[in-house]
Amino acid sequence: MTVLEATQVDPSWRRLSRRMLLVHPVQEVPRALPAIIGLLVAGSANGHAWWGLASLVVVMAAGVLRWFTTTYRITPDNVQVRRGLVRRRELSVPRDRVRTVDVTAHAIHRLVGLTRVTVGTGRSDRKDGGIKLDGLTPQEAARLRVELLHLRPTAVEVPQHETAARETVVTKLEPRWIRYGPFTLSGFVTVGVIAAFLSRLVNEAHVDLGRFGPLRALGLRLEHTPLGLAVLEVIVACLIFVAIASTAGYILAFWGFTLTRHSAGTLHVSRGLITSRATSIEERRLRGVEVSAPFSLRAVGGARLIAIATGLRVGRGAERGGTLLLPPAPETEAERVATEVLRVAAPITAPLERHGPRATRRRYTRALTVVVVLILLVLALRWLIDGPAWMWQAALVLVPIGLALAVDRARQLGHALVDGWLVTRQGSFVRRRSTLAGDGIIGWNLHRSFFQRRAGLATLTATTAAGRQHYEVLDIELGTAIGLADATTPGLLTPFLTS
Amino acid sequence: MQSETVLRLRPPRHRVSRKAIGYWTVRALPGWLIVTAAQVIWLLNDDGHRAWHVAGFVATAIVAATHLIVMPQWRYRVHLWETTDEAVYMRSGWLNQESRIAPVSRIQTVDSERGPIEQLFGLANVTVTTASAAGPIKIHGLDRATADRLVDELTANTQATRGDAT
Repeated sequence: MTVLEATQVDPSWRRLSRRMLLVHPVQEVPRALPAIIGLLVAGSANGHAWWGLASLVVVMAAGVLRWFTTTYRITPDNVQVRRGLVRRRELSVPRDRVRTVDVTAHAIHRLVGLTRVTVGTGRSDRKDGGIKLDGLTPQEAARLRVELLHLRPTAVEVPQHETAARETVVTKLEPRWIRYGPFTLSGFVTVGVIAAFLSRLVNEAHVDLGRFGPLRALGLRLEHTPLGLAVLEVIVACLIFVAIASTAGYILAFWGFTLTRHSAGTLHVSRGLITSRATSIEERRLRGVEVSAPFSLRAVGGARLIAIATGLRVGRGAERGGTLLLPPAPETEAERVATEVLRVAAPITAPLERHGPRATRRRYTRALTVVVVLILLVLALRWLIDGPAWMWQAALVLVPIGLALAVDRARQLGHALVDGWLVTRQGSFVRRRSTLAGDGIIGWNLHRSFFQRRAGLATLTATTAAGRQHYEVLDIELGTAIGLADATTPGLLTPFLTS
Repeated sequence: MQSETVLRLRPPRHRVSRKAIGYWTVRALPGWLIVTAAQVIWLLNDDGHRAWHVAGFVATAIVAATHLIVMPQWRYRVHLWETTDEAVYMRSGWLNQESRIAPVSRIQTVDSERGPIEQLFGLANVTVTTASAAGPIKIHGLDRATADRLVDELTANTQATRGDAT
């Protein structure tokens, strides 16, 4: 971080790295591939074989042109990007709107030592909200990050002597955390994608998978095993595949994960094996953290940590994944990192208040209602198509699943108010424990359904500009809900209270 | 943390316009017309099942009439609103009810809107948004003058406090 010495931002127009002249043409070709192939086929059909080649040259030339037509600069107030040859476009973003600087490098970029910088403005829910600078050297990207986040004109509360850039490591990926990989469920997505791909292949390209040697042998073998065993074999095979895919995904995404804190007030995350990614989050935009774990990860004592920051919507748009503070790791590590990030320990580990028997009863009635409706649907279907008896017998499996879900959902419900931090926990399939700063709460919604009113319960929702935008405290007693809201945001409810 | 006295949230002070009852009734009509239309189509394409058709029409008529009479009256009793210098407070719904409170200092936009049916009744709604995607407060069924006054008042109050309201 030697660049920090330059306290003045250079306002002249800059260009992308010259090495992008190599990357852009290569990047453009796959995108235009269908057109090129089409022209090649059409051309060779009527004797103009050079059509395909010409279109390839045009596409590559367009890629080269991108370098000549793209310039950017940082003025005292704005970040500006100009691009386009025929249709000139100038994109301008006020610097105090800049919330994140995300540096990504895909495989091609890494070959030539370049990165792509995405400047996030917190409008990630809309398209084209941020600025993308494809192709800066790592030094240039680092300089841009410092200029945008640490040298901003509005950056106050950082004494001058402290800007002697200090970066402390908060946490680093330990190779033994990879054992949490199989439990992340991300492999199911991979399996889904592969299954969708295969089914399209079969349907559209008329590829007969039955003629593919190993698969046919497998199919024959399954035909000769009893049904129960065959189902079991398929399930086990799928689970093993999901576990392997999840682990591979874990390593690809999180290899080299490092979370550092910069003394100028940013948290910095870098990670990735092939595609490397670095994200900066301003601490002044941090409103809390969320410790979450799907049931499988919980079973082995793991959890991951997500930042709740304004302008960073969880899982949305270009900043997708940009809020991650810790990949699946031991729960104690997630708690330690959360404590260090928020600089406060009590809310992270504090015991939560339970929501009582009426909330528990609602969990049971809701789960069982869904189960009963599903079973009735299966029965109706069987009656309609005159199906076999095992249909409704198989549907009965839903009863224990529904009950287990209800028991666990009831057990996970909890809330607390600790030193001005609102803590709420819910969920079974994915359990989330959110810790939200009281001054990050910008409103309350108190929802009471017909059945909740009969049970004297309410769902209290804290609205915020950060993270998921709303954090619920599910099914707490009405009086407790109002007391909690009043204590979390002192004064806001006072004029509307009666005792 | 918990005090012994149970806190209660009193309802907001102001009712919406009485004309809103008519507005809610008219707004709910199309849904029931679609249901009736579906039944008529069934009747035209099916010769037998006479008793079923009659039963269907009777059931629809009863449920629709109950809904169209009870829902607007119920809503009129639930829908309440209030603003102070510090906060906007609103209650809405009928079977499911929701109360929303947002501090004036966190308000980002205030706008008033009149849909075609609302214009018919001389009504308007006012939407107050905060920086949270989950926080809009929408007050339906205000008469036009009240809506305009509310927008002016909130805009003036909002301008008094600045910051990025997050």
